[in-house]
Amino acid sequence: MAIELPDNVVVSKLDELASWCRKNSLWPMPFATACCGIELMATGASRHDLARFGAEVFRFSPRQCDLMIVAGRVVMKMLPVLQRIWQQMHEPKWCISMGACASTGGVFDTYAVVQGIDRFIPVDMYVPGCPPRPEQLIQAIMDLQDKIQREGTIMGDEFSTQARQQPKRALVELPIIGRPSAACVRGTYEGLR
Amino acid sequence: MNRPHEVAQAILSRCQGATTSSFRDQCRVQVPAEHLLDVLRYVKQEAGFDLLVDITCVDYLHYRDATERFGVVYLLARTESAERLTLRVMLSEPQLELPSAVPLWEGANWMEREVYDMFGISFQGHPDLRRILMPEAFTAHPLRKDYPLQGRGERHNFPVLTRAEA
Repeated sequence: MAIELPDNVVVSKLDELASWCRKNSLWPMPFATACCGIELMATGASRHDLARFGAEVFRFSPRQCDLMIVAGRVVMKMLPVLQRIWQQMHEPKWCISMGACASTGGVFDTYAVVQGIDRFIPVDMYVPGCPPRPEQLIQAIMDLQDKIQREGTIMGDEFSTQARQQPKRALVELPIIGRPSAACVRGTYEGLR
Repeated sequence: MNRPHEVAQAILSRCQGATTSSFRDQCRVQVPAEHLLDVLRYVKQEAGFDLLVDITCVDYLHYRDATERFGVVYLLARTESAERLTLRVMLSEPQLELPSAVPLWEGANWMEREVYDMFGISFQGHPDLRRILMPEAFTAHPLRKDYPLQGRGERHNFPVLTRAEA
């Protein structure tokens, strides 16, 4: 069976078309708290030119963004803010954990610093480095684009798969020293959120 | 000219129990807690040490030869002659109270809040003694030596957001 189509008509799946649109217009939300933020700015600036990948439109309102780039360490006082900003972003949304501190706490293994944001919010891509070079961040964005193109659906069904519901690392992975104090048990920080 | 050492001698003659020492020509005076406000008022209003550079604290737990737990340090400067003076007050549990220096220096407000936050020393007469760095729900004083470096689980105990929830 042959369908006569003009040369300028391409047949595709709607899912792939949506993913193609999404992956080439990622709007990053820069959650930059430390030196990784400087590299993030360099990535967006003219030499590395994130605009080549359609991701140069940094917006400082989570309502307008669909890619959160957490660049730098997140302290426990900041975490409710981070979670709130993540909740304020519209679906579909993705998260890049940029640098050692955001991914694991880095050298800051102290009481105040969260040991990896993937314990508390979903993370799609990790960038190693302290801080990572802009090329590494660009690579992460390109990998994320591949991921979006590969598994994206127009209804966002890929986000409801079982693998994406779990925090990446178990909370028991790092030992909790002593007993959590009563005021810091789960849920006490609801008022800050 | 008010040499810091002369001021130190004057403090010694004014208050019982004060001691003085010197390190590389930097003058340090240790005063009892009950005389602290008198001494601060004297060094500010009469000796001319008009700038409160910092208030900080040292935890001497497990420190060799230490007899008291905390040392609250007042770093003062005399802007007219660029001279400096260090005042130190030793405290032990359970008596962790000091008079506030806010009536003398407004700038002591946040410094005392930081010492309160990190070491749990309360300043009597402080207008607004709240935590300044840690969240208000935090219960410990993290710069004390008996507080574990990795905390008591505070950094772990947050609600976890999954894809379904956000």
